[in-house]
Amino acid sequence: MTTAAAALPAREAGPTGLWSWAATVDHKRIAVLYYFTAFAFFLLGGVEALIIRLQLAGPGRHVVSAQAYNQLFTMHGTTMIFLALMPLSASFFNFVVPLQVGARDVAFPRLNAFSYWVFLFGGLFLNLSFVAGGAPAAGWFGYANLTSGQYSPGHGIDFWALGLLTLGVSSLAAAFNFIVTIVNLRAPGMSLMRLPVFSWMTLVTSFLIILAFPIITVALILLMFDRMAGTHFFVPAAGADPVLWQHLFWLFGHPEVYILILPAMGIISEVLPTFARRPLFGYPFVVYSGIFIAFLAFGVWSHHMFSVGLGPVADSFFALSTMLIAVPTGVKIFNWIATLWGGSIRFTAAMKFALGFIAMFIIGGLSGVMHASPPADLQQTDTYFVVAHFHYVLFGGTLLGLFAGMYYWFPKATGRFMDERLGSWHFWLTLVGMNLTFFPMHFLGLLGMPRRVYTYAGDLGFNTMNLVCTVGAFVIAVSTLVFVANLFRSLRAGRPAPPDPWGGGTLEWSIPSPPPEYNFAAIPEVRGRDPLWLEQRSGPAERRGARGLRPDAHIHVPAPTGLPMLAALGVALVPAGLIFGLWLSAIGAAVMLFGIYRWAFTPI
Amino acid sequence: MSHLAVAAEPRTSTGLHSRKLAFWAFLGSECLFFGSLISTYLVYKGKSLVGPYPGHILNIPFTSVSTFVLLMSSLTMVLALAGIQRGRMGQFRVWIAATALLGMTFLTGQVIEFSSFVREGLTLQGNLFGATFFVLTGFHGAHVSAGVVWLWSLFAASFGGRVKPENALDVEIAGLYWHFVDVVWIAIFTLVYLIQ
Amino acid sequence: MSTAPQPAAAEPRERALEHPHPNAAKYLTVATVLAALTAIEVWVYYVRAMRPMLAPVLLVLSACKFSLVALFYMHLKFDNRLFSALFAVPLAIAAAVLLALMALNGAFAHFVGR
Repeated sequence: MTTAAAALPAREAGPTGLWSWAATVDHKRIAVLYYFTAFAFFLLGGVEALIIRLQLAGPGRHVVSAQAYNQLFTMHGTTMIFLALMPLSASFFNFVVPLQVGARDVAFPRLNAFSYWVFLFGGLFLNLSFVAGGAPAAGWFGYANLTSGQYSPGHGIDFWALGLLTLGVSSLAAAFNFIVTIVNLRAPGMSLMRLPVFSWMTLVTSFLIILAFPIITVALILLMFDRMAGTHFFVPAAGADPVLWQHLFWLFGHPEVYILILPAMGIISEVLPTFARRPLFGYPFVVYSGIFIAFLAFGVWSHHMFSVGLGPVADSFFALSTMLIAVPTGVKIFNWIATLWGGSIRFTAAMKFALGFIAMFIIGGLSGVMHASPPADLQQTDTYFVVAHFHYVLFGGTLLGLFAGMYYWFPKATGRFMDERLGSWHFWLTLVGMNLTFFPMHFLGLLGMPRRVYTYAGDLGFNTMNLVCTVGAFVIAVSTLVFVANLFRSLRAGRPAPPDPWGGGTLEWSIPSPPPEYNFAAIPEVRGRDPLWLEQRSGPAERRGARGLRPDAHIHVPAPTGLPMLAALGVALVPAGLIFGLWLSAIGAAVMLFGIYRWAFTPI
Repeated sequence: MSHLAVAAEPRTSTGLHSRKLAFWAFLGSECLFFGSLISTYLVYKGKSLVGPYPGHILNIPFTSVSTFVLLMSSLTMVLALAGIQRGRMGQFRVWIAATALLGMTFLTGQVIEFSSFVREGLTLQGNLFGATFFVLTGFHGAHVSAGVVWLWSLFAASFGGRVKPENALDVEIAGLYWHFVDVVWIAIFTLVYLIQ
Repeated sequence: MSTAPQPAAAEPRERALEHPHPNAAKYLTVATVLAALTAIEVWVYYVRAMRPMLAPVLLVLSACKFSLVALFYMHLKFDNRLFSALFAVPLAIAAAVLLALMALNGAFAHFVGR
């Protein structure tokens, strides 16, 4: 147990050394761990994409074999979704949410650390497949019965399924943590309708996670039983229906895409008001739209299955629900635009990415609405039109949103600015690169180029556009290098940043950059949305707000402990043993139980 | 989880204990887990190409007794909770041990039942009924087993002074888990055994 | 302005010994009802005359058992409604998913005349 006296300097030297990172339970450090791990996986997924694009740059190429190609697109998708975008979002949940709600940490700091370590070990396990017999090669959605032991021999799919099961534990644990943090650890006066939108979206996303992940857990369990225990859950010859896999997968998979986009929408909802110097227009509408989207997310899943033959009644129902879900999304977009209207816009790097998000997400949303029509989708499905759609929403949407957040909160996390000029280069290169890469894919899809093909004939009219896509991918690669350079340069020598470099309205801007370990010397009392702006408007007479409180005399900071990492190791070893030998699972179970018991009986 | 006094927990926005809140969210999540398993069972009901079929194999009288045992274990669980909340550690130990023992009785019943099914030809690999039945009831049984371990841990910890009236919340949460597992069985008993 | 943290919205209401609580007799009553309901379920299963309405009757009976355990043993009747919501909403979604999957696999086809 450590206590912090109130008069500590803002930029105290934190604990250093490898063990301090291994045993940390501080949400800000866990955020950093998530960030760099996720970014490393992002680069890996990017390399996989570049190889894919090299292979497709022209007809009939042989950069990689067909089998290798299948592994590449499977791992690219799986890595980007589960090891890059979700953990990057988690990095923001971790860093920002406790600060925004006015708390000293999340509700369960050790569970938080546990989530990170399970993510790391799960990600490493999944990628181990490359050197342990071959990566999974059945697509990121692993349709049955291609994934059966008969059609996917070897351990690739085992790594995929068991890896995802492990990662699911990480996501679920984090989601429970953030639900309780946001519901239970808000500063006095912070009612739910005064919560910053990013924290609201974190809450909604967390509920989506706890409701959707159990479904894919069951699907993966059934798959593993088929592969390892001889059951026939997805074997037609036994009377089973492979389409059941699709139902279970997409019942998870559709909420998953909202899990991927809502955090970025939350980030945008913070960045736009700050750099337009206006509060978010229609805050309640933005919040309720997010909630409505989450509910509807469970009612649209079969729009991924329009070509399966579910029948006109099912198709119609899901077409209607899918078109309906576009409405709250549109509401959000209108509110963001209305926020900008009449505002005083500052085009910082963060703002550029936020604006880019709006534009690119609209394009992605439009192709999405086109998919909502079953007749149209019958042509589009399984073509590059779909690839265009989801890259516009996930790259143009989620990733641009995450970059906006990086530029926005980097000064808070590090006490330094990122370089704005490099940020500008990064933005424009990214915007040009992504449009070069993904826009032609709309046309390729409409011309009939299927997904997941490792090559194509030269007389179909695909050649030039594919080349353009490949060039675009390398432009993205360059833009990423610019960002990485900016990141490391800024970490070492960025211009020092004050507590409130942007004039933000939410609580995180009221404490030093970087924040002390205990975040708030005194928990603020909140009197409205955007408490810092409220305080500025109210003037000095009303200084009961976020700044100027006398610090608490006694602050308890949870002690570091290696038990979460140990328990996580145990959790990861259990499924690993199903591939490498049950003795490993036994060790994993023992380590896990030991770690959990010690953790449970150690006071925080 | 802390063994410090409940009253020392920081005040929360809702006035509710964070761990209890987290645990109810977890139980909500588990509804989706068991819901998906039950869905799989019901989707494949009647679709097995070969036997044995439910009507031939399921033994309602036997399973009714198991069901009764599990229901009674919920009673003993609340009595255990009442015991610790009133500071009656002796009562707490008796009833929590009873709960664990009833749980173990249920599990024994499951083992006996499943062994007889296997002897009669119902296996995981044999047909869809076997696969869906054993996976559903198997995961339920695994949850019961984990619960039994949890209950015995609380029983043991109460001797070391690590489970006390001040942290009755720990027992309450274990109770919530135990009742949930019971409630899932109520659903399974009806949907798998009684409505064939 | 005080130096102590301002109080949150409400005191923790789950103090161990002050809780309004059903007593052992109430719990025993619930247990008896649960046992009786189970007995009725088994009886209904065996009564040939009840066959046509077996499913709805059993679903209602088991829903009653479910509710009794949730409301009394899991204490939802006496606790903050947030806990009930955290349980009921996912339960409703799970039920909806169940019905949807059954419908999509033709379970209710004969009700729609197909």
